[in-house]
Formats: sequence, structure tokens, C-alpha cells
Amino acid sequence: MSKYKAVIGLEMHCEMQSNSKVFSSAENSYNDTPNANVRPLDMAFPGTLPTVNKECICKSLLMSLVLNCSQPEYMYFDRKNYYYPDLPKGYQITQMHAPVGVNGKITIDIDGREKEVLIHDIHLEEDSASLDHYRDISLIDYNRSGVPLLELVTEPCFYSAEEAVAFLEYMRRIYQYCGVSEADTKKGQIRCDVNVSIMDENASELGTKVEMKNINSFANVYDAINYEIKRQSELKDAGRYDEVEQETRRFDEESGTTIRMRSKVDAIDYKYFVEPNIPKYKITKEWLEEIKKDIPMLPRERKEKYIKEYNLSEYDANIIIKEKDYADYFEECVKIGINPKLAANYLIVQIIAYINKEGISIKDFYLKPEYLKQIIVEQDKGNISSKQAKEIFNKALDERKEPKNYISKDNAQISDKNLLEDIINTILDNNQTQIEAYHNGKTNLFDYFVGQVMKETKGKANPNMVKEILKEKLD
Amino acid sequence: MKIENTIEDLHQMLNNKEVTVEELVNESLSKSKLVQKECNAFVTIIENPIIKEVNSNLLSGIPYGIKDNYSTKGILSTGSSNTLKDYIPFYTATCIENLEKCGAIAINKTALDEFGMGGTGTTCHTGIVKNPWNKLHMCAGSSAGSAAAVAAGVYPFALGSDTGDSIRKPAAFCGIVGYKPTYGMISRYGLFPFASSLDHCGCLTRSVKDAAIVVDAMKGLDKNDQTSWDSSNIHLYNSIDGQVKGKKLFYIQNIVDLENYTNPSKELKEHINNFYKTLDLLKKDGVEVEGINIDKALLNAIPSVYVCLSCAEATSNMSNLTGIIFGPRGKGENVTDMMIDHRTQGFSPLIKRRFVIGSYILQKENQEKYFVNAQRVRRLIVDKMKELFKTYDGLIMPVSTGPAPLLDNPKDSVSVDDVSVLEEHLQIGNFGGFPSITIPNGFINDLPVGINITGNCYDDINVLNIAYHLESKMPYKGQIAPLKEDNHE
Repeated sequence: MSKYKAVIGLEMHCEMQSNSKVFSSAENSYNDTPNANVRPLDMAFPGTLPTVNKECICKSLLMSLVLNCSQPEYMYFDRKNYYYPDLPKGYQITQMHAPVGVNGKITIDIDGREKEVLIHDIHLEEDSASLDHYRDISLIDYNRSGVPLLELVTEPCFYSAEEAVAFLEYMRRIYQYCGVSEADTKKGQIRCDVNVSIMDENASELGTKVEMKNINSFANVYDAINYEIKRQSELKDAGRYDEVEQETRRFDEESGTTIRMRSKVDAIDYKYFVEPNIPKYKITKEWLEEIKKDIPMLPRERKEKYIKEYNLSEYDANIIIKEKDYADYFEECVKIGINPKLAANYLIVQIIAYINKEGISIKDFYLKPEYLKQIIVEQDKGNISSKQAKEIFNKALDERKEPKNYISKDNAQISDKNLLEDIINTILDNNQTQIEAYHNGKTNLFDYFVGQVMKETKGKANPNMVKEILKEKLD
Repeated sequence: MKIENTIEDLHQMLNNKEVTVEELVNESLSKSKLVQKECNAFVTIIENPIIKEVNSNLLSGIPYGIKDNYSTKGILSTGSSNTLKDYIPFYTATCIENLEKCGAIAINKTALDEFGMGGTGTTCHTGIVKNPWNKLHMCAGSSAGSAAAVAAGVYPFALGSDTGDSIRKPAAFCGIVGYKPTYGMISRYGLFPFASSLDHCGCLTRSVKDAAIVVDAMKGLDKNDQTSWDSSNIHLYNSIDGQVKGKKLFYIQNIVDLENYTNPSKELKEHINNFYKTLDLLKKDGVEVEGINIDKALLNAIPSVYVCLSCAEATSNMSNLTGIIFGPRGKGENVTDMMIDHRTQGFSPLIKRRFVIGSYILQKENQEKYFVNAQRVRRLIVDKMKELFKTYDGLIMPVSTGPAPLLDNPKDSVSVDDVSVLEEHLQIGNFGGFPSITIPNGFINDLPVGINITGNCYDDINVLNIAYHLESKMPYKGQIAPLKEDNHE
């Protein structure tokens, strides 16, 4: 590990889910066919104008509130001007002068300790088109052009790759919990810029900041930060810290290294100015109050509730809140009256394992909470054994039938005390020798008697009751 | 020719079967060819327009022209620029769709100063547009082709666009009516942008009532333009009653006082005197007209503010012209070189100059000094006007410093001299988004001159009403330029 203190800041770009693109009526959805989700504005045909998607505004304000930011008095946009083939208008509509949120903070958990992350700002903007490069040609796909993006910029407040990634993970969850984004890194919905500098432990001034652009997975963020800390530390150790330049680099996945793109000196002047085609829109207190109502319970609050109210272990609670879908499933179980601990057990031990194996979402999982309840209620009553419950669980899942179809009188446990006593009496009568041996100290014969009862009842006897009755009779 | 009548008259003639739509379209097409030959007014003549039926709508069956910076589906739309010389759009501008729904018939696409960025009609990629009153003179611009065509009687109206005075000045130089309504009354969706915060759609006609009819049809809230607003309760044509008694107008005294010019030309003197005579017509009918002095510093800032803001917005608005998606592909080894080649080949020197100015103004280190200050002064000018509009129904001013200049001595509109405020004051209407109309008020050296009335936002009816009354007191309504075919040997 480096002897220097690393300081890290993040820019997290997240594609928003919405009924249409942020400034055009084209569909905002992933499409395998290139240039299918395109309206004239998305290719900047002359004379087209942007019209703001209200849903995107509401969702970005919601995120601003979640991050405890302050909101501007008026909503408006700016143009960021630069030429690039993936930017058809020659400018990106973004928010520079009045981001939807500034000066926020949010608490996250890292290895059991709390950390307050400072948010510089969060702003709404449009995504660019995507480029595919081939040997002799490059192709442009405008499906992504105009997709709403939220860019979240933190203060340089992280001191390790672990902290940075823990924050990204937590934010990914927040986006999902709030229904703002699917936040799926595999679909390229999250991209990060990371800046890293190092300094002596007690120094008061930050070192030279190096920015790494467009990192598309959290694992790569982790590797890029650690590589950069190592690179900068080695240069500092060698007395060559002046070679650490304020520059933009990119992370090369294959080599696991960062590669210089351009110096800060060559930074582009984006010539920001207010987008004249979108009138300023007043953000009223009433509107913000309305939006506040849509903020769902967030993962940290849910975790606290699970531990305090449902007596779950922190370990279990952490697993459940990892995905909003898990937490929603769990809460639905509790809501319909399933014992929270049993529900958590089923979810963690069987359901998550099953959906991971099948590669499906819990939303597509056949055994909805009410079906699960059919099994758990019978198990709770002692009508079926845990082994049977597991069998019914699997069978219902295999054959896609409600579990109650498998809970018949045939496989019901025998919990009738009189009936069990009759059976046990008969067995004891036929095993006088063993009883004698038992009383003479061969106490392990107790299990023999239990086994006999199970054999006689084809395994349906309630084992706890059998043990109770046997104890009564033998001791 | 029958086509030389106003919309109102043509509608009646069509209803009375004195003329058919086919006849009007044929007349309009043959006149188009004459005006093309003599004045070079068009980029495209639509040879086989779809004939529409006459119904109760005043515009049904009426031929018209479209400035070539409006997007028209399936019809070449160039903005008079080589960067779009082969561009055929697949969508139609909202206001044109509105006109089509009324049954109006587009006959041609008219030439303009490249993307509207000029005031002479000499920077079109198809060449210079000549004034039908005298072909040695310019039409002014940028709506040069539309002005020439309406003046020559190709049809009763054509669309224009107006960022500084691009409808209202060519209207004056061509002896016709040019009207741009309040900002946002007509959707800009489909108008190739020059400077979005200053761009207005509008029309050129030969009568005030025709202008009201056309804008009534073009206007309306549009979901594709968030700066458009609902004007469904405003009926311009039906609201014109010609009652002006008790109305109050002002003019900017220090611009129209000949004493304030060091060496006024003969034309300027005539123009100003003619302006005062026109004012007398209004005064006689009970309109109060007063001269107001406005801070000279504020007035002198008008042309500079306009250059700063329009060039800055233009350089951004035209960044989509790269030849990648539409327009001729540039040559080059890589995409950057291709874009550079497209723009180097495509734009005229005048436009490039404006882009350089715009980029300079928007640079981080210059923004505060030029761009932001220009915005502040714009606000000061608009506030001053709004304050005056509390007392007055409108501002009345002469257009330009006289009639159309000679073509072989065109003045670059970016330059500044001591008559520049009189030349450029119509830009006030764009700063504030004010409704503004120019009507003809006489001739100097056998060339028409115009007068302009500008009112407060949303007060279009008032402005039209005063213009209508004044028009009725002068003999210029419906006048047609007596275009003669040159003896081309």
C-alpha cells in the first residue's frame, strides 16, 4: 500500500429510464436495431427544437432531494459546444449554470462504518450517439442520442478505491430504488469519470489531479484508481512527482493500466451559454413537496427497519437490500403475514440461489410471496416437515403449480397425539428387549424408536411430537 | 394578371368563379419564371403543385412562396447555403403545415442571404437577388426572394423570417407589407435557426389585412416549440376595425432629427421629411404622436448588442452543419478533416466572419465582457421600451435611411457608422420579441420606402390596426412593381 494519502473524486453518469428521450419524443429504450429510436431532433436536422420531458425533470429533482441538495429557483439548460461525430447538434444540452441539485450529502456504509459523501452537484443532460469503429469505417448509431443522463459529481472526498466503489454501488442501488434508472452497468447505463491525486499524509494542499474518463464498470473503477495511486506514488518515491501532470487519461482494460489522452492545457473551451429554445421554468416549493412524496424508503432506512423491527441479522439485512427487487419481495412477504425471519431465510437460502442459477430476475420468479406463504403457513403449523417444505418448493417451481396442490392429506404430517400414541404403544409392545437395553443405559436406542415410528408412518409423523411422547413413555 | 390581387379579393373571385385555382397557380408559375429570370428570386420553383379545393377558408387555393430556410418535406430546402445545397428534408415546418391545412398552395422556395445572416440579398448560394422596382438596386435581406416575388405580384404572400429586420427591411425596399408577430406566436419548429432568441417567423404581403390573414393561419401553440404560446383567443383579421382615435404613438426623436446628422444625404432628408408627412396623416385622424429622446448611449449600443448576441447564437446553432448526416460530405482522411472541408467549402466569407465573431464572444475569457454584457444591454433596451409601451400604443419609425441602395455598393451589415442606429433600430423588435410591421409610405428616386410600427408583446392587434388605418390613408396598398423583361440579347 502507498505511504501517501490518495484523494479521489467521482463523476457518475447514469442513463435515466423514461417514457421518451429527454428533449425529443423518440422512445428511450435499448434497441438492437441501430437508428430505430430516432426523431428528427436526435439527428439534429435543421429547424428541429428541443422540448423538455417533464418526467425527466421530476426524476432529476427527486434525485436532487434524495441527495439532500439545494434546488435552483428556475429550471433551465445550457449548451456545451464542441464538435464530435457522436454529437449531431454540435452541442450537448446540459446544466452548467443551474444544476438541478448542488451542495448535497449522503451517508453510506463502508465495512460497517458510516461515511458522509459530499455531492458537488447533480445535473440533467442528454447522452451522445454511440460509435462503432471498424478497420476502415466508423458507424454512428443515434439510438442513444438524446437519452436522458444524470451526472452526479462528488467532492474529492474518497480516500481509497474501496470507498469510491462502495459509493458507486450504493448510488446504483439508490437509482434503482427510486425507479430513476435500471443502472445496469452491463447495458452501459453507468459510466464514470474518476480523478485521483496523492499527497503526503499531513499535507494541507491537494496533489496534482489526474482524470480518467469513461470507465464503464465498477471493477474497472477499482483497478484504475489503484493503478493510478501506484503510478503516482512510484513517481513521487522516485523524486519525479513533477511528471504527474494535470491531464486526462483512459483506463485500458486489457493491460490494467491508464493511458494518457490529453493534457489539461489542451482542454476544450465549451463556450457554455443558456439554451435559448427552452424557457426558464419556476421550481415551486409545492412542486418539490409533491415530488418528495414519490421518494421510496431507501436501502439504509430499510436495513435499519429489518434489523430493529424484524430482528434480522445485519448480514441478512445487507443481502436483502442489495437489490430493490429482493427488498420489495421480502417486504411483500412480511406484509401478507409471513414470519419475517422465515421469509428472509427462504429468500436468502433458496430464492436468491435459484434465480442466480437460472439467471432470471426475482420479478420473473414463479413463487410469488402469496405462494410462498402457502408453504410457510403449513410448515409453521407443523403440518409439513422442513424437508417436505423444500420438496414442495422445488416441485411447485418445476411444475409451475401453486404449492397448495402438493399439500394434501397424503403428505400431511401426523400431528394427532392420540394416533401417534397408538402407533408408539404398538411399537413399544413389540420391542421389549430394546426397552430393557435402553433402561440399562443404551440411551442411543432412543433414535431407534424414533426411526421405527417414522418407518411405520412412512415419515409423516411429526418428529417433535414423536420425541415428546417417546420421552414420556420411556423415562 | 388576376394573381396580382390581395388574398381577400382572390378569395372572393374564387368563390364567384371569376377565376379558378388552376388559373391562379398557372399565373403564379409563369410569373415565377419571369421573376426568376429578372431578379433571381428563387431556389426552387415547384413545377406541379397539388391543386386544392376552394372552401370557406380565406387561404384555400391561394398560391404562396416559402423562404428557403423553412423545412419542407420532400422539397429541397437549402437555407441558400452550399452546406445544404442537396438537402431534402423529411419533415415540414409547423407553420407551413398550418398553411397547408388551410388550403394554401406553395409555388416556390425563395432565396435569402445565407441562413438569414445578411441584410442585402446578395449572399445567396444561387446568386444576387435584384429589386423588381429597379434591378440595379438590392431588395435588402435576408428575405430578399420573398420580398421581390410579392412585390412583383407572383402571389399575394410569402413567408419570411426575421432575426434583425429580415422581413421588415426588404418589405420597405420592395414597397410591400412585412409583419413579424410577437415572439412565440408562430412556432419556429422547422425554421432553420440563425439566432434562436431573436428569430421570428412572419410574412410579406401587399396589404395589412392579408398579413393578418396569413399570420392567423400560421400561428398557434406547438408541442414542438416550447417558446410558442396559445393565441387561440386572438383573431387578428377579425379584430382589425381601423379605429385609431385616441391612440398614442411615439418616435425616437434623436434618431430622426436631421440636426443630429453631420452630413445628411439628399435621400436621408427626403426620407425623414416623408416620415413626418406620414405622421401628419395619423395626427389628422386623432392619433397622438410624440417624439421621445432616448439615451444616445443605449441607442448606439443596439447594433453591437445585435452583432454579439446573433453571432454567438449562430455559431452554436450552425454547428450541426458538418456534412456528416446531411449536406454534401466533405473530403478528408478523417472525420474532423471532413467536417472542416464541408464547412470551409460550404459557407460564404460573410458567415465565416460572423462565426469567428460569435466564437470569440463566447470564449470563456470574453463571455462576461461581450456576451453577458450584450445580454444586459438587451435587457435595458427592452425594459426602456416596455416602460414606454405603458404610455404609448406603439413606436413608429422610418425604415432604414432611404430607399434600397445600389447593388454594386452593398454595405456589410456588420459595419458601424453614424447612421447605423437609424439603419438598425428595427432590431429592438427582435430584442423584445415585439410585434412589428412595415408598410410602404412613398417613393424616393422611384424606389419605394417604408415606415414601421412596433408595439408591446401580445399587442399585435393594436399594431395591425394602426398600420391598417395608416395604409388606408395612403395610395400604396396592393402596389405591384412594374417588372419589365430585359431585352436579353
